[in-house]
Amino acid sequence: MKLDGKRVLVIGERDGVNAPAIEACVKSAGASILYAETLCFV
Amino acid sequence: MDLEGQGRIRQVVEQSGTEDVIAVLGANSATAVEMTALTLKSGDPSYAGPLAGIALGIPSYHILESEIVAQIDPALYDRELALSALAMEVDEVIAPMKSLREGGA
Repeated sequence: MKLDGKRVLVIGERDGVNAPAIEACVKSAGASILYAETLCFV
Repeated sequence: MDLEGQGRIRQVVEQSGTEDVIAVLGANSATAVEMTALTLKSGDPSYAGPLAGIALGIPSYHILESEIVAQIDPALYDRELALSALAMEVDEVIAPMKSLREGGA
């Protein structure tokens, strides 16, 4: 699966990888961001 | 995924469609990954949220899957993901989403 050209729903997690980090990484591969959220499970 | 998040995703998808849309997750447990991936593919399995009964068919990937990591700028990987990758049982966490993409549920 190529990220380039994909529209991405970013669902990060506070205790895993957060949304801003995922956003930066997928953008570097040519994807665009449709939605981004960092979840927090307690 | 909480109910508010489901509502926002439903709204986004209703406005923009699902063509070329994928989800990239960052959760650190197999259960969280499975629930989110299942919700985005087949609808909310708890039938409680706005995505109950709505099969969006959106495939989910984990940011630390090798297939995804290979496409990321290595310097960015080192800065943003390397530490998380060390702290996570990546193979265990991504196992359920791979089986979901390959046809499960």
